[in-house]
Amino acid sequence: MSALESEIDPDATPEPKLQISHLDAYFNDRHVVRDITLSVPQRRVTAIIGPSGCGKSTFLRCLNRMHEHVPGARARGAVMLDGVDVYHPSINPARLRRHVGMVFQKPNPFPTMSIRDNVLAGHRLNGTHVDAPGELVERCLRQVALWDEVKDRLGRPGVSLSSGQQQRLCMARVLAVEPEVILLDEPSSALDPIATAHIEELIEELKERYTLVLVTHNLQQAARVSDYMAFFYLGNLVEFDRTDVIFTNPKESRTEDYLTGKFG
Amino acid sequence: MPTHTSKVYEHELRTLRDKLLLMGSLVEEMIHKGQAALSTRDSGLAKATIRLDRRCNRLECEVDELCMRILATRQPVASDLRFVTAALKIVTDLERIGDLVVNICERVEELNEESPLQVTEELTSLSEEAAAVVREALDALVSRDVERAQKLLSHDDHIDDHYARIFQDVLALMSRDPSTVYRATRVQSVAKYLERIADHAMNIAESVVFLVNGRDIRHYNRLKESDPLEVDHDVRPPQRSR
Repeated sequence: MSALESEIDPDATPEPKLQISHLDAYFNDRHVVRDITLSVPQRRVTAIIGPSGCGKSTFLRCLNRMHEHVPGARARGAVMLDGVDVYHPSINPARLRRHVGMVFQKPNPFPTMSIRDNVLAGHRLNGTHVDAPGELVERCLRQVALWDEVKDRLGRPGVSLSSGQQQRLCMARVLAVEPEVILLDEPSSALDPIATAHIEELIEELKERYTLVLVTHNLQQAARVSDYMAFFYLGNLVEFDRTDVIFTNPKESRTEDYLTGKFG
Repeated sequence: MPTHTSKVYEHELRTLRDKLLLMGSLVEEMIHKGQAALSTRDSGLAKATIRLDRRCNRLECEVDELCMRILATRQPVASDLRFVTAALKIVTDLERIGDLVVNICERVEELNEESPLQVTEELTSLSEEAAAVVREALDALVSRDVERAQKLLSHDDHIDDHYARIFQDVLALMSRDPSTVYRATRVQSVAKYLERIADHAMNIAESVVFLVNGRDIRHYNRLKESDPLEVDHDVRPPQRSR
């Protein structure tokens, strides 16, 4: 379905950006993600929820092949980005991560780099040339609503910012390499309510251009910002549906029990 | 059935359910007493019934306050969200039923000042029907029985027809004997109140369906009809001639 069609019928499911089929992930013998088949709609926010240890972060890290960096970790199955299997031997994982960027739970700006260099870090590390770095820095910092707060101190270390600002800086760093998909692993769990509100507003704006996958423990945040939602339990995908459906009338009793706090 | 991990939350939801059911039984009691006051021409009973409405109003405030507290502090979702939002609607219907019983009792007091009117007997059967649908709606709520609630909704037309018949009888009576106008208009009012009570019972039945399976069946048939106030997007506005 085209973007125009989705404007005509906002309830229709948009084209999938990522198609995951029969994905399994392991840490040595431990089977943590089990046979997940799921389509992530493009230019929408898909939230992954579930209790601790249900495999949601591992699943997220399989989408841009971060999972395989952990010793003893492996994944099996297919993750198709616009129809291209990201696990194909010809795919360079580092290049893949330019298309599928990631923001982590704890803000992690490069400590020795300035605010400006942090934004440009993706390009510098990949060795790609940037025609107008100043413009790129300004555009990305404006996108994350940080420009006005830091424009007079771009040479200061990234770690000199507050944690909320640092997280937005990390998002600017991801945006600078112009990804298509942004993976967010509990991006505001370490932030105060105001910084969290900034991040949520940013997510709302970013989904107009990017496909976002959000892992969160904050159910209300998932309800506020996501369009689709997947509930994981013990490594399995229990339910996937529109967020409003999951929050008002989930089909599976395990989803219902988790959402209403009747677990464990 | 699993319970909530938070015992306090579990207790809050249970208290909400208990208060709602308490209010339901109070409203049922009011209907029966109002019915008895009407059929036995007992003004004392009518007065006592009117006094019961204060408890009903107090319970409405308590249920509202508890719902607000749960919404603000627990952010309920899924079946809990449906329960709290349905409770907010049901409590309004129950309170309105209480008010309508008060209106009936006020008319009963006025009618008791006058000599009896033949058509009043017809009211008794409508009153029994209204009480029955309220009881059925509350039973469906207690047992969370969707089938029962849906079956009840098909009774609404029957009660509307009954009210229409009483209305015609009252009109005929007034045109035959103008001296009955004062009493006949009161009888007509009581019939209308009973018909409205049944409407609120139907609302409760609709809330039960939403509460149990998340389906909103309100205005189901009418929503399918085209809205005359809605702009037809297929029709372009006429071009202004130059």
